[in-house]
Amino acid sequence: MKRHFRDIVPFDQDSADRAIEEGHGLHPLDEYLKPGRIPHIWCPGCGLGVVLTTYIEAIRRKGIPVDKCVVVSGIGCTGRVAGYLDMDTYHTTHGRAIPFATGLALVRPDLHVTVFSGDGDLFAIGGNHLIHGARRNINLNVICVNNFNYGMTGGQAGPTTPVDARTSTTPMGNAEPGFNLPHLAHASGAVYVARWTTFHPRQLVHSITETFDKKGFTFIEVIAPCPTGYGRPNKLGSGLEEMRYYKEMSEVRNGADPSKAEIRLKGKILCGTFINVERPDFLETYNNLVIAKAQGRDKGKAA
Amino acid sequence: MAEKDVLTGEHFIHGDAACAEGGLAAGCRFFAGYPITPATEVAERMARRLPEVGGIYIQMEDEIASMAAILGASWGGVKSMTSTSGPGFSLMMENIGLGMMTETPCVVVNIQRGGPSTGLPTLVGQADVMQARWGSHGDYGCIAVSPASPQECFDLTILAFNLSEMYRQPVFVLADEVVGHMTEKVIIPPREQIHVAQRAKPAVERSKYLPFESTGPMPAPMAIAGDGYHVHVTGLTHDERGYPVITDAVQERNVRHIVEKVRMNAHNIIRVDEVALEDADVVVIAYGCTSRVARQAVEDMRRKGHRVGLLRLVTLWPFPSNIVRRLAGQVKAFVVPEINYGQMALEVERTAGGRAETVLMGLMGGSIHSPQEIQEVVGQYL
Ligand code: SF4
Repeated sequence: MKRHFRDIVPFDQDSADRAIEEGHGLHPLDEYLKPGRIPHIWCPGCGLGVVLTTYIEAIRRKGIPVDKCVVVSGIGCTGRVAGYLDMDTYHTTHGRAIPFATGLALVRPDLHVTVFSGDGDLFAIGGNHLIHGARRNINLNVICVNNFNYGMTGGQAGPTTPVDARTSTTPMGNAEPGFNLPHLAHASGAVYVARWTTFHPRQLVHSITETFDKKGFTFIEVIAPCPTGYGRPNKLGSGLEEMRYYKEMSEVRNGADPSKAEIRLKGKILCGTFINVERPDFLETYNNLVIAKAQGRDKGKAA
Repeated sequence: MAEKDVLTGEHFIHGDAACAEGGLAAGCRFFAGYPITPATEVAERMARRLPEVGGIYIQMEDEIASMAAILGASWGGVKSMTSTSGPGFSLMMENIGLGMMTETPCVVVNIQRGGPSTGLPTLVGQADVMQARWGSHGDYGCIAVSPASPQECFDLTILAFNLSEMYRQPVFVLADEVVGHMTEKVIIPPREQIHVAQRAKPAVERSKYLPFESTGPMPAPMAIAGDGYHVHVTGLTHDERGYPVITDAVQERNVRHIVEKVRMNAHNIIRVDEVALEDADVVVIAYGCTSRVARQAVEDMRRKGHRVGLLRLVTLWPFPSNIVRRLAGQVKAFVVPEINYGQMALEVERTAGGRAETVLMGLMGGSIHSPQEIQEVVGQYL
């Protein structure tokens, strides 16, 4: 067949460089942000900026070189976190950040692999991957930003939307209960489980730094305002007012039983580090059990 | 333990095992999969063999996760593969698209069975030829090889890895149940006789490196995690830096690049076996297990003096359009026996452009053609 296409517009390196020179250096954390990627796409009042900043603060505090950090995201507003960080970042398919990160973390135990994604991505379409990642105890740090709805697509109900909450697909109120994420992560085998809100940035930074020292599957839920998708229909006000609401409703109880951490509409939000235990991760068991046997290192016997 | 990766010597193994050995010889050190008939034996062989060479075998929760995991491992700098069959291949399509868009080398072995849906789990089919070509949404170039023997399962899995590294994309080994479960002699040559392509690494400094640049029709060298290039890898439409840009102009370049790197290099990728084509009046076009029967049919007819030839497709995609177009001006008919309702026959007919008749001999799955059946149909066009 004959093919007719438009001319391809070649990549303009000079203007890209110029945009970077003009725009870079304005933000205090610029050295951690990919050149030329700011301004971000998030709404005013969105909680995602706080979560991004706490992650950067945590690597800074731990002194981990960015070359040793990798972020993997799924799809959605939180999925865009990967694209802003100046490190190796992978923006994958909807719900599949954990299995992608599993492959990466298993072949590169020298890297700190963090999965950043939203509640819909990690617990609806990706729910199966999360529970299996936790069960296997893959060495991954999962940060789940929970804003009780699908923000990117305009505020639909998701796996964490509480009963009776309004979203664009539950205009009369939600008929389903939401998941209790810390309880699910704990029951699936995560070695570290915490929940904070964006009103708790200091505690959140501390939690993230703790997960960098843990081997195995760690899980942090961050409750974040989404004034656009969730705040408005549920009359939680602006981003700031939603944050104030989380401040009033949250109750910090470190070591609390995650089964008690269920969130109801207008109910208390239990926060804290709930679980912090040790358990051999996948690679440790694989190396000591499987590889050792296959290579005849155990009892000098060949498999 | 590296010496155990290439088991130089003569083996009597089935095609599934030979695919696994081919992967190991090509340098595969990560396998993620999910059990499915008739491809499970590939995973079983890998589960035993990978730990011997210090590699990782992991059984995932489904094929979606398996495909995602091999992409992640590939970005970690390790050659990776998975194996599956029809229904699992369908589940992989989502992340195959991610692999195409993010230009991630890896190999997917598909031991085809009869479909649709659960179909014929234990019996032969060649039902995924078009799924391999078009199965994930959007446009991309497809490379698929089709072994006709356990020996070729070994050889072509190595070729698939080499092509995937060269063109930076997932490459398919489209075998079928008969070839996968057939046990024959497989010769694994000495390591130095096996050509293994190594991944090209960027040679420029970070500010000059464009990870998704197209040089001619070739992809850029690939910086892996931890190399210090801070690459952003996304399934969104992206520019040469990897940054998402949601415009028609960037989409135009992005999609054209991932299609044209295969189309423009088709002459370097395509491999066929040409049997007695010079003066043929009828040419049988076949692949996989069907090509073995077709060869028998053609050789028998040649001995009886009939002008019949065989074009065996070693690569299914890209399709050898130039060869078929040339033959279309010479032959009366192409006879296409395949175990589906006419997937490759469609491509043959399209390419022949009405200059020669295309005759589909379709079987819906569960059995193979007999040489006599093929001879009968060929005879009608001589
Ligand atoms: S829709 Fe919600 S989550 Fe998305 S950017 Fe806006 S406020 Fe943030």
